[in-house]
This record gives sequence, structure tokens and C-alpha cells, in this order.
Amino acid sequence: MIKATDLTKSYGDFIAVDGINFEIRRGESFGLLGPNGAGKSTTMKMIASVSQRTSGGLEILGLDPNKRGPEIRAHLGVVPQQDNLDRELTVSENLYVYGRYFGLSRKFLKTKVQDLLEFAQLADKAKSKSEELSGGMKRRLTIARALVNEPEIFMLDEPTTGLDPQARHILWDRLFRLKEQGVTLVITTHYMDEAEQLCDRLIVMDKGKIMAEGSPAELIRSYSSREVLEVRFGSSKNAEVAEQIRGLGDRIEVLPDRILVYAEDGEAELAKIHKLGLEPLTSLVRRSSLEDVFLRLTGRTLVE
Amino acid sequence: MRHMRKWATAILIFGIGNPILYLFSIGLGIGALVDANSGGAGVDGVPYLTFLAPALLASAAIQGAQDETVFPVMQGFIWDKGFFAVNSTPVSSRDIVHGVLTAALIRTLITTAIYELVLLGFGGITLANMLPMYVTAILAAMAYSCVMVGMAGYASENGSFMEVVQRLIIFPMFMFSGTFYPIETTPIYLQWFGWISPLWHATDLSRAISYGHSIEPWVLVVHIAYLALWAVVGLAIAYPKFAKRLSA
Ligand SMILES: Nc1ncnc2c1ncn2[C@@H]1O[C@H](COP(=O)(O)OP(=O)(O)OP(=O)(O)O)[C@@H](O)[C@H]1O
Ligand SMILES: [Mg+2]
Repeated sequence: MIKATDLTKSYGDFIAVDGINFEIRRGESFGLLGPNGAGKSTTMKMIASVSQRTSGGLEILGLDPNKRGPEIRAHLGVVPQQDNLDRELTVSENLYVYGRYFGLSRKFLKTKVQDLLEFAQLADKAKSKSEELSGGMKRRLTIARALVNEPEIFMLDEPTTGLDPQARHILWDRLFRLKEQGVTLVITTHYMDEAEQLCDRLIVMDKGKIMAEGSPAELIRSYSSREVLEVRFGSSKNAEVAEQIRGLGDRIEVLPDRILVYAEDGEAELAKIHKLGLEPLTSLVRRSSLEDVFLRLTGRTLVE
Repeated sequence: MRHMRKWATAILIFGIGNPILYLFSIGLGIGALVDANSGGAGVDGVPYLTFLAPALLASAAIQGAQDETVFPVMQGFIWDKGFFAVNSTPVSSRDIVHGVLTAALIRTLITTAIYELVLLGFGGITLANMLPMYVTAILAAMAYSCVMVGMAGYASENGSFMEVVQRLIIFPMFMFSGTFYPIETTPIYLQWFGWISPLWHATDLSRAISYGHSIEPWVLVVHIAYLALWAVVGLAIAYPKFAKRLSA
């Protein structure tokens, strides 16, 4: 459905996406993960068939986006990272006009706009100017707008940034349902729980390159241990203590505010720390998550 | 003191009101003086208002075209980023150029028509000449729109580009297009501003229609060809620039 080979995008001398390869299958839910500036949005824009690649190959629905952009875009739903609603139009006009750009009939749009207003929970704001909406409402409208053409591929660039927890869960639920209907999802996110919930498969990107690829469970298995022990000794002492406990677990990771000990059994490692005569201010044992995979691969935490 | 008030009013109108209105009012004012001083002979062998009206009509059309292109393009690329939203649908960058031009054309058709009716009311033009003059003004406006859409495509976020274009190109062009007095009376080193200005070409053409201001047939062809050239050059700038900017 989507196939990238050595896909590259440079801006002048700067290489934003550096020869990446991946394939997305029909009906799959595919995630792009990575720190700020990793090249996620740049990749999304190329898939959205607006941004022209610098080199490499890209095929979407069997077509080359550099040559057949409009044709491909007819089947895509694109939620950009930044909302670009028409501020002067009302909420329902935004949906309607956007639908007209797809060449959809007035009759079809009349009911479609109603459905989407329900979906975005904006029915009572239908007549408000879109600039009068709150940030989260604008986000919901942008997401609803991208569904107006009933896309085969639905692309969301950080869809839930700015949404409250309830709106987030409603969106997840809706995305699940779209997926059940056979829609292919491509999602970028900074939220690991979102990635674990939504994505069948994902790539972790950093500095324009792919660092790892797989299902959330596979990634955790290959790049992290089963459990993680988090200990805090106070920011001034963490580095010093780290020297003493180096060698514990499979691996340790020192962050400014805490030390992470990766191990099969977190409690056992904590006992060893106590044996060394060290008393952490706080300690916590948890299961490994994508967050840890991310830290391992990029040397950075996700939430900056 | 009285003087200053007068200037303040002029600046105010220039700043917030329609500059055309301003042109119109000083045009009529000067016109009365010119006609009085030249013993009724006016300019170019006709009353000053008759001389002025074709120029005002062309200015109105071109000024309208300016407002209806530069602003929407800046809005689409910079302020609202609406072009990017539209470009994520099957609509192509060329379609967007055409869309902006069509919208500008529709508005210019209306405003120019109103303006022409006003001129008719003042006796600046005759009913019989209305249509050909209208067509001329619209042709000039469209040619100018194409170039402005292309130019505005280059305007960037920090946004001084259009201001520079305005000050260094557009303003002198309007000043020296033979609007208020025949271009031949301008010093020769300033006349070339008029020659490159679509406003002068449109004005000269319109004067020929309106009161038989004499021009050689080949000049007539040059006027029309020059306006067409502006349209072609404008599109040649706009198409690739829009495509590039939308696909960055
Ligand atoms: N139009 C552009 N011109 C120049 N450089 C750009 C442009 N767009 C993106 N970049 C650069 O490309 C790199 C990747 O940007 P991109 O927006 O793809 O990152 P991202 O992974 O989406 O990050 P974030 O999580 O912050 O959204 C960044 O270093 C950015 O500065
Ligand atoms: Mg991004």
C-alpha cells in the first residue's frame, strides 16, 4: 500500500530524512516514533503526496506521488501537525468547503458534515467561526475534516497533542473502528501509551534515520529487559551513585533526575542496592515500555 | 493649521480609505484648476475630467486587482496556511493559482463596474464607450493580477518583501503612468516607469477608446501585447513558485 525505498528529503544541505526503507500494508496501523526533529513530519508530508522527495523511491497505492499527487490525495485523509483551518469560516463550512475540494457532491456533504460534527462533538458549535474554538476543539475539527472523503489511508501527525484525556480516548476508539473497516492508519506520536495502544507496527526514527522497526512487543523484547527499576538519590548524587552500582542488572541508564536499572527482576536489583548500603529516596519497579526502547535507541527521553 | 488638517485628512483617507477615492477627489480638484487655467481647453484637447476618467478607471481596476491578489496569497501561504490545507486534497498548485485569479477577477469585475458607473455619473465617460473601456480595464487588471500573484508567492514570513515591491516598483509605477498629466510632459528619465507600467498602457488604450486620443495602430497592438506579456510572465513566475512552495 505504501512502500518507501531509500526515501530521502533534504532542505539545502540539511538532510531531514536520510534514506529510510519501510512498507505499510493495507489495513495496518503504522506508527512513526522519534524525538523532535527526527523527520517524522517530513516523512508524513511525503506520504501525504505534497512534499516532493529529494531522492529514493516512494509508492502509494501503486502510484508515484511526485507524478500523481492529486490522484493519490483523493484517497488520503491528512491531519497535519499544525491545524490549518479556515479561520473565517464556520465549523460546518470548514468541513463542507474541504469536501468540495475533493469534488464531493452537495448532497453527499450535507449528511457527511452532520456525521462529522457528531464525531468531533462539535454539533453545538456548528455555526461558530473556527477561530473561536478552543485549541482542542480545533484539533478535533481538523481530524474530522480529514475524514470527509472517507479516506483509504488516514494519516495523523501527533493527533492527540492538545486533547483532553476524554477526547483522546474517544479518538482512539474511533481510530480502532476505522481500522476495523479496513482503513490504513499512519500515526506519529510522542505518547508511548498511544503508540502501544494503536500501532500494529512502528518505526523509531532519529536524525532522519530508522533506528528500529517492529511491533511494540517485539521492540520491547529486543531493546529492553522485562522490568525496570527506577531509583532516585537526589539530582546531585545520582551520578556519583551510578558509579557504585554500575554492573547491576543488564544495563543502567543515568538520567538527570533518576537512575534506571534494566533487569529481569527489578526487586532483586533493588535488594542488591540496599546490600551496598545505599538508600534511594524513592524506588519503583515497573514493566518495560516503549519509552525504554526509545531511550535505549536515541539516548533521549521522549517527553522533553 | 488649516493646511495641516487638510494633509492629515488626506493621509487618513490614503491610509484607511480607498486610495482610489483619494485619487478621484484630487483629480477632480486639480481638474477644475487645470480647466480654469487653460481657458477651457483642458488637457490633450479635452476637458480634464475626460482626460482623467480612463486613467482612474484603469487605476481602480489595477488597484483592486492588487488588493485581491496580494492579500489572499499572503493569507494562504503565511497567515492561515490555507493553501497547504487545500493542497492536501486533489487540488493542485496550479488549481490554487487559478483559484486566486478567478476570485480576484470576480471581485474586480464588480468593483470596476461600480467605479465606471460613478465615472459615468460625473460625466467622465460616455455610455457608448463603457463596454470597451471596461474590457480594457479588466484586461489590465488580470494581467497585473498574474504578476502580483507570482510576486506575492515570494513573500516570506518576516514579510518585508511585499513592502519593498510596493515602494520600489508599484508606487513609482503608479506615480509616473500619466494618470494626472500626459506622460510626454514627464522628464524623459522618468518616462520609462510609465512604459513598463501596465497602468500606462491600459490608460493610453482607454483614452484612445474614450475620446479618440490619437495613437498609431502599432502602439495599440503594443499595448495589448504588453498586457498579455504581463499575464504570461506572471503565470510563469506563479506556477513554479507555488508548486515549489507547496511541495517543500
Ligand atoms: N521546510 C523546512 N525547511 C528547512 N528545514 C526543515 C523544514 N521542515 C523541517 N525541517 C527540518 O527537518 C528536520 C525534521 O523535521 P520534522 O518536522 O520532520 O521533525 P519531527 O520528527 O516531525 O519533529 P517534531 O516531533 O518536533 O514534530 C528538523 O531539523 C527541521 O528543522
Ligand atoms: Mg513533527
